Amino acid sequence: MKIGVVTFPGSLDDRDAARAVSECGGEAISLWHGDADLKGVDAVILPGGFSYGDYLRCGAIARFAPVMEALVPAAQGGLPVLGICNGFQVLTESHLLPGALIRNDHRKFNCVDQRLVVENATTAWTSDFEAGQEITIVLKNGEGGFVADERTLDTLEGEGRVVFRYVPDAEGRNPNGSYRHIAGITNERGNVVGLMPHPEHAVEEGFGPSLDGRGFFTSIIKQTLESAANA
Amino acid sequence: MGSIVVDVMLKPEILDPQGQAVGGALPRLGFNGFTDVRQGKRFVLTVEGDVTDAHLDAAREAAETLLSNPVIEDVVSVRALDESGSDGGDEQDDEQDDAQ
Repeated sequence: MKIGVVTFPGSLDDRDAARAVSECGGEAISLWHGDADLKGVDAVILPGGFSYGDYLRCGAIARFAPVMEALVPAAQGGLPVLGICNGFQVLTESHLLPGALIRNDHRKFNCVDQRLVVENATTAWTSDFEAGQEITIVLKNGEGGFVADERTLDTLEGEGRVVFRYVPDAEGRNPNGSYRHIAGITNERGNVVGLMPHPEHAVEEGFGPSLDGRGFFTSIIKQTLESAANA
Repeated sequence: MGSIVVDVMLKPEILDPQGQAVGGALPRLGFNGFTDVRQGKRFVLTVEGDVTDAHLDAAREAAETLLSNPVIEDVVSVRALDESGSDGGDEQDDEQDDAQ
């Protein structure tokens, strides 16, 4: 059970993501942005951070890194991919997921323990949750506002591809101005998931608001073991 | 040595928090006549020799693939700078308008 974690110049949470994989029973494999080589991993995590300094647009330059030349076709072919925060931005820039992430509507960087509702518990990364389950994990971003045109938003909702939604505050606001309170989405096949909050910071007693992040990693480990058993 | 200017703007329907921040600062400096501010990006691509149609074609392709994200942004124009280094401003009528 090998899960690759990509390091781009400016990635911050690659070590935490690798540690979360290990904590949950998987083997983390480092993947380098400059190598178009996925090293035979069973799944890939694009971690948080500020790849290429977030220059141009968040994730825009990372999209064209050599590792993405290997990753994009693999993801289109069914390889499970999780994009966390900057990784989510890379996935939208790569057109593996629809929409885009723009600057928070209130213009401030956010760092909070965030309540989310899991809406789709059938993806490769969420099968250990239950639909409707509420989880609390860390959210930290400056450009986390999910936007897409109305038709795309309707399609995402209609096809059950909104995986996570922010629990809005008393005023009905979410932490970054995301349309329809969307925190994370998946592709049609359910193997590619992107979200702004950080499950890898909520896997270990004493660190983070909960252990709710573990479900992401245990889901993918189980699914990979099952698909290996069925192969 | 010639140059090509690419202008990119957020689509009108996309919220522009940076433009809003600038718009909020203007009245504090006494500029009261502006009802809205939208902030965009300008890229200047320099080539060896004169700008050719091939350069412009490549610049348009780069504008659509890397310089802009078509989900949230429009390529407003892709055009050659004239020899004086000015892009012609308001007087330029042969501007290449690549708005989609």
